[in-house]
Amino acid sequence: MSTSDSSATERVPPVSSSNGAPLLELRGITKRFGPVQALTRIGFEIPPGQVTALAGDNGAGKSVTIKTIAGLWPPDEGELVWEGKPVHFHGPRDAEAAGITTIYQDLALADNLDIVQNMFLGHEPLERGFLDEAKMELSAKQTLEELSVRTIRSIRQPVASLSGGQRQSVAVAKAVMAKAKLVIMDEPTAALGVSQTRTVLALIKRLASQGVAVLVVSHNLNDVFAVADRIVILYLGNMVAQGRASEFDPSSVVDYMTTGRSSRTVGNGAAGAGKAE
Amino acid sequence: MPDDEFSSPGVPSELQEPPLSTELAEDETAAPESDAELTAAAPEVLADSLGDYLNAQWRRIKSGESGALPVVAGLIVIIIFFQIERSKFLSALNLVNLFQQSAIYILLGAAEIFALILSEIDLSVGYVLGVGGFAIAELIAGPVNLPWWLGIICGIAITGAIGYLQGSIITRLHIPSFVVTLAGLLFFQGVVIELATIDKSAVGGVISVSPTSPVFKLVNDNISVAASWIILVVVVAIYAAFSIRRAAHRRARGLTAPPLSITLLQIGAAAVGGIVLVYVCSINRGLLTSLKGVPYVVPFVLLVLLGYSIFLGRTRLGRYMYAIGGNPEAARRAGINVQHVRRLAFVFSAATAGLAGLCYVSQLGSISTGVDGGTLTLYGVAAAVIGGASLFGGRGKPLHALLGGLVIAVVYNGLALMGISAAGQLIATAIVLLAAAAIDSLVRRRGSTGV
Repeated sequence: MSTSDSSATERVPPVSSSNGAPLLELRGITKRFGPVQALTRIGFEIPPGQVTALAGDNGAGKSVTIKTIAGLWPPDEGELVWEGKPVHFHGPRDAEAAGITTIYQDLALADNLDIVQNMFLGHEPLERGFLDEAKMELSAKQTLEELSVRTIRSIRQPVASLSGGQRQSVAVAKAVMAKAKLVIMDEPTAALGVSQTRTVLALIKRLASQGVAVLVVSHNLNDVFAVADRIVILYLGNMVAQGRASEFDPSSVVDYMTTGRSSRTVGNGAAGAGKAE
Repeated sequence: MPDDEFSSPGVPSELQEPPLSTELAEDETAAPESDAELTAAAPEVLADSLGDYLNAQWRRIKSGESGALPVVAGLIVIIIFFQIERSKFLSALNLVNLFQQSAIYILLGAAEIFALILSEIDLSVGYVLGVGGFAIAELIAGPVNLPWWLGIICGIAITGAIGYLQGSIITRLHIPSFVVTLAGLLFFQGVVIELATIDKSAVGGVISVSPTSPVFKLVNDNISVAASWIILVVVVAIYAAFSIRRAAHRRARGLTAPPLSITLLQIGAAAVGGIVLVYVCSINRGLLTSLKGVPYVVPFVLLVLLGYSIFLGRTRLGRYMYAIGGNPEAARRAGINVQHVRRLAFVFSAATAGLAGLCYVSQLGSISTGVDGGTLTLYGVAAAVIGGASLFGGRGKPLHALLGGLVIAVVYNGLALMGISAAGQLIATAIVLLAAAAIDSLVRRRGSTGV
């Protein structure tokens, strides 16, 4: 795979509303591990250009859900519909080839390499057999600028010297560089302080504004409401609610996360369970 | 961005307000988050002028990114010490001697660096050197009588195959490299003895190389003085043209490049180093007949190290070796065939040990079952670590092997001049190794607490 100069410029045009077709749709996804029913007929949509928050308490099935989407664990039942067509990912490679990048909490960055080296790891452009450093530096710079990552002094500094928020930014830029259409972020703010959390949340919104679909896994309600256009809530392996963020408030989300239902409704046409079918 | 969807009650107001889009990022632009990130980048990247460059370099040293500085300083201190003790230490004869002796240590250090970068270790290099040396010596002598160059190629190929075998055992059976190469150290000592036993021409376990063979001449013969100077001028000119063009190329594309003054300074330093080297070698060091010129082994070793530097710094495979050493999981997720790269690292390590074997045979003019592979292995590890490679992976350059190998050769040579016994030499080398590791650890700890 080669990353050309155009990679940073040719982007999906921003999609402003959710009336368009979803980028990814989960239909009746069920996953069992032996006797444990991890997911029961999960179904929700991920539209392009928006941030979808996947909320739920520990053990609700958030991790299993993203690992299913990322191709790590194929579902036992149900299907994934990617850009209108049912797909079967036989491994993370398949999902990546389709345009799904997952940023796990460990970020998968090599501390001893610099920012540019990390962003291009595995698909460095070559010039007469040797690494084309100038090309890499230019596109890395452009990508970071487009994401408005400006706190980094030099893109030639090793990742070990970066703060948590900056590392997260590098991981996101890496996903953009790989032309990801869907970026899944697992607890992106879990290890961050207040100001860095705000930086990362702003980055997530900017990523979505470029037309990328973002699925953020989080159990931090402040983050969820700060960043999400849509919210999907899991409870003990079931999808108990999904809808626009404006249809929820923190108390109703807490209710859904802890008991699986809520008596409160904020907007009309509230987010009820059972949309999975 | 549909900010109006953020109207949920109960959310802290600071998070509801629109500034989430751009201003947030900007309010941090003024001040970088810590001094650490300023110091971590290479000074060339940050500097616009010579003053800036020196400043950045100084900040880097203060923060623990001292690079090659401690080992260079240490080397100078040791050299001054020996010069005070024995005035002939810095004589042309002894310095050339020193360069010849250091070749083996430098190459063994370079071999070890390939393993260390991936946070592995190769304990077999000492006797892989032995196997390589025996193979070359036997192949170019009777009854095989291969041409010298084919003998060298075959010898290096054999050691490379040994590396592939060890690497395959490590990666396929998931046995730590420490164990596999320790077994290799024992096994190949046995192979060396067996080779000497089978070969009927090996009298008393010794195989000699004809003094007329280029294999012998590598260490023991010299490039003529005139040719040495011409080669030096050509090399410096190529280096100058290359680095000036590269800086101009980067500037033309809008990238940061070191200011011209720094580029010129680096070229000047390289030229001065080369001139000193060639000048020292050009002084007549013969006692009865005239003996002068740069030994072939000096450009040979430098060429190997340059090749490795280009390989590690400018090719995908080299980049992947560092990535695996830094974070194997990240490398795996980036689609790198981690086990394949790991195997190749052991091929490089063993083949480099084979090159060291070539220098060994050349220097002694023979090789015997008495080759002390155990000590040589440990000198290789010591050279890499003294030079600045990390035992924890991800950090190490061929330059480190050069510096570390020189330190070991200087200690060995200087103590021999002072008439200190082998016991004293071992003890002194041990102290130097510990001192180097201690300085490295202290400097780095200071750096890491600052982050």
